Amino acid sequence: MAASGKDDVFTPWTDAGATPLIRIDQVTKRFGDFTAIDNVSLDIYPQEFFALLGPSGCGKTTLMRMLGGFETPSSGVISIDGQDMSSVPPNKRAVNMMFQSYALFPHLSVWDNIAFGLRRDGLDKDRVAARVEEMLKLVQLSQFAKRKPHQISGGQRQRVALARSLAKAPKLLLLDEPLGALDKKLRQETQFELMDIQEKTGTTFVIVTHDQEEAMTVASRVAVMNNGQLIQVETPEVIYEQPNSIYVADFIGDVNLIEGTVSALGEGAELAWAEGRTPLIGQPGAALTKGQGATFAIRPEKIAISADEPQDRRNRVQGKILDIGYLGNLSTYHVELPEGPVVKCEIGNRSRIERRDFTWEDEVWLSWSDTAGLVLAR
Amino acid sequence: MKRLLIGVPFVWLFVLFLVPFGIVLKISLSDIDLAIPPYTPTLEVSDGWAGVAAFFSALDLENYIFLTSDDLYWKAYLSSLQIASISTFLTLLVGFPIAYAMARAAEEWRPALLMLVILPFWTSFLIRVYAWIGILSTEGFLNQFLLWTGVISEPLTILNTNTAVYIGIVYTYLPFMILPIYATLEKMDASLLEAAEDLGCSRMQAFWLITLPLARPGVVAGCFLVFIPTLGEFVIPSLLGGSDTLMIGKVLWEEFFNNRDWPVASAVAIILLLILIIPIILFQRNQQINKEAQQ
Amino acid sequence: MKRLSAFNVVSLTLGFAFLYIPMLILVIYSFNESKLVTVWAGFSTKWYGELLQNDAMIDAAWVTMQVAFFSSTLATVLGTMAAYVLVRRGRFYGRTVFSGMIYAPLVMPEVITGLSLLLLFIAIGMDRGVLTIVLAHTTFSMCYVSVVVSSRLISFDDSLEEAALDLGASQFEAFRLVTLPIIAPAVISGWLLAFTLSLDDLVIASFAAGPSSTTLPIKIFSSVRLGVSPEINALSTIIIAIVTVGVLTASIVSKRQITRRLQEEAQAG
Repeated sequence: MAASGKDDVFTPWTDAGATPLIRIDQVTKRFGDFTAIDNVSLDIYPQEFFALLGPSGCGKTTLMRMLGGFETPSSGVISIDGQDMSSVPPNKRAVNMMFQSYALFPHLSVWDNIAFGLRRDGLDKDRVAARVEEMLKLVQLSQFAKRKPHQISGGQRQRVALARSLAKAPKLLLLDEPLGALDKKLRQETQFELMDIQEKTGTTFVIVTHDQEEAMTVASRVAVMNNGQLIQVETPEVIYEQPNSIYVADFIGDVNLIEGTVSALGEGAELAWAEGRTPLIGQPGAALTKGQGATFAIRPEKIAISADEPQDRRNRVQGKILDIGYLGNLSTYHVELPEGPVVKCEIGNRSRIERRDFTWEDEVWLSWSDTAGLVLAR
Repeated sequence: MKRLLIGVPFVWLFVLFLVPFGIVLKISLSDIDLAIPPYTPTLEVSDGWAGVAAFFSALDLENYIFLTSDDLYWKAYLSSLQIASISTFLTLLVGFPIAYAMARAAEEWRPALLMLVILPFWTSFLIRVYAWIGILSTEGFLNQFLLWTGVISEPLTILNTNTAVYIGIVYTYLPFMILPIYATLEKMDASLLEAAEDLGCSRMQAFWLITLPLARPGVVAGCFLVFIPTLGEFVIPSLLGGSDTLMIGKVLWEEFFNNRDWPVASAVAIILLLILIIPIILFQRNQQINKEAQQ
Repeated sequence: MKRLSAFNVVSLTLGFAFLYIPMLILVIYSFNESKLVTVWAGFSTKWYGELLQNDAMIDAAWVTMQVAFFSSTLATVLGTMAAYVLVRRGRFYGRTVFSGMIYAPLVMPEVITGLSLLLLFIAIGMDRGVLTIVLAHTTFSMCYVSVVVSSRLISFDDSLEEAALDLGASQFEAFRLVTLPIIAPAVISGWLLAFTLSLDDLVIASFAAGPSSTTLPIKIFSSVRLGVSPEINALSTIIIAIVTVGVLTASIVSKRQITRRLQEEAQAG
């Protein structure tokens, strides 16, 4: 579902007249026998906060390093702002990178670290000073200007790295797993700070991460990658609610997968999953044919749990509670169906735990709406 | 830029390291001559191709044959191998306990101990060998001490014998043995020994089964660092050894400076090089393996 | 606090005694009144006086210092270049030969290196003198510098250089402004090592020196072959003193730096 009809929502990729800032055109990268990037094409638009998401080894870091100029494509062309980058070295690109290890120069102060890139450009001292002060204020580190990297904390170092990479106001900022080294609370705070800064400076951000929560939180669009290929490139909502494959459905968040055959295909799709049971109804994924083997994907939070059989829903299954997990804000119920599958259901704890309705070994009904699940090709 | 970085050191080493070896080879195939330089033939490029042809035809293996015919040389090679092997072993015997004790010492002591080992290393090698002359001579400190304590009644002749050479080599090369072994032992996880004891090993067993095998890379490195240079060692046998101390480094020196027989000296050098190639390659291979294992 | 076993304590004591007693004896006898070095005849500093008046010795010392300074500086530059190339630039044509040439002098007996260099100088008709000694020393010192610097470069985080490039620095600027300041301690160690090796070298200098140039080790050696001499003891003591002060200072300074840095890191939290 494209976000149409709302003028103030940011969706340049749907606009036919928009020019991409970055065009990755049939790029392949090989290291010896190993193909790290396999014929990838992608357009990234100005002011996007774009996330490259995938497990280790999927090629996301290689793709980003090619944008930065630290690797060159084996074939294909990368253009930034219409200019072919094939012969442009990293020190000549309007692209800056925030490194995973921060790569702060240990022998220089925070001030000198931030000033480094500005000085390479030959700016005069006053302009350099003004810009450095501006950056320090942006990341709220003005009083640490004279300190050296080993004299400040990890979170502060991260902000210096960010300030240093933004100092030259690059067209494109690459962030390599920027929040990996931070603890959970700091990570969440910093995610919002990053989004703020991105909006304020109007820079295009490309972030590489293996943390899908992070990608979903900050990004305007997410590219899910695997084995050097793009699997799905969409907004977080679409990726979550309408994954185009089992891989994406499984990679992002939790999902229940039930295998079967497509028994009917129309506005919705029906999946026959067990003898003598009504087929499950859900939204059809791409390229389905009747009679084909397929998988039903339904997210745990979309499932309702009840003691009595719900009469108003076509998707309903019965089973026994195998396991209950209490996560503070949620409870998860693992329900074993007599046909075999174990389905996970997630309910927010709206009332206190003493008033839980279900316990282990209870027979319960799980149900969900017609449009909550997806039927995906195998 | 990269070419300059590679090029300058490369050219330097090529001219000042590789080419000289070629010259040594050439001269080893030449004959001694009462001339300056004291060998013939010399390559007269001005004679054109005829000169070059004459040059090559005058080269021969005469010197190598000479080396095999005179007892002195192959005895010197064997003696050098023997002395180098024994010295390496002795240095290991002395150095290992020291390295081990250093590695087992408390954290705060280790830098100081390390410094104590390194200090002699920075002190002049020549001076440290010289010190032993004063100690091992018949009127030397050691004899005086032993006489004074009544252990012996006649001064011992140690100086100018092979024994003095062994002492000298062990003394001078000790830091080269201690440092690699210490470095390896220090990296060893102490909890490995605790795990061994937990599983029923006695202290001795834990040492033999765990510590020693893990110390092997350091021991091997240390042995190479002592053995290879000792083979061609000159100063120690010259100052501390006797006239019957046969070491190939000394022989080479004497051929060159005393006998002024450059061709023979060159041949001696080439043979020594050939003998050394195997240990050197083994050493390089050992370093490679260690480096890869660490990564 | 871990206590060392008795065996270890004994090992350490005996070991260090073995290492240091000879040097101690050397020092003590430098103050011996008698010319017979090993027979104590009373305390005297006269040999130091004689030493300072020994012009030949002082000239040799001066030559040695000059040679050491120039050769170590040149060796440091060349060795650092070689180390950088070997560690940073993975493959290049002739790499095996190059790295072989870099590491071979480390294990080559000095008599061979010395002989080969002398033969080279003669073959190209170069007069032997201070210059040839400098060339010779540079050649073998360069290898030691390369070993020291490359081991530092291997543990150097290359994302720092990439960050410098990313921010607009040229390759050379990245090296000069980022890499070099950070590896400076290793480069300085390399220089010191080359300096010491040159100061101490006897064999190669003997081959490479001309009739008019003598280095201190050559002088010491020729004097020592004739037997022990208290002047040499005095000279040795001076050298030992200088080295001791140097090593102690370096140790203390580096220890202070490390402590201070650990404190700062702890405070930063």
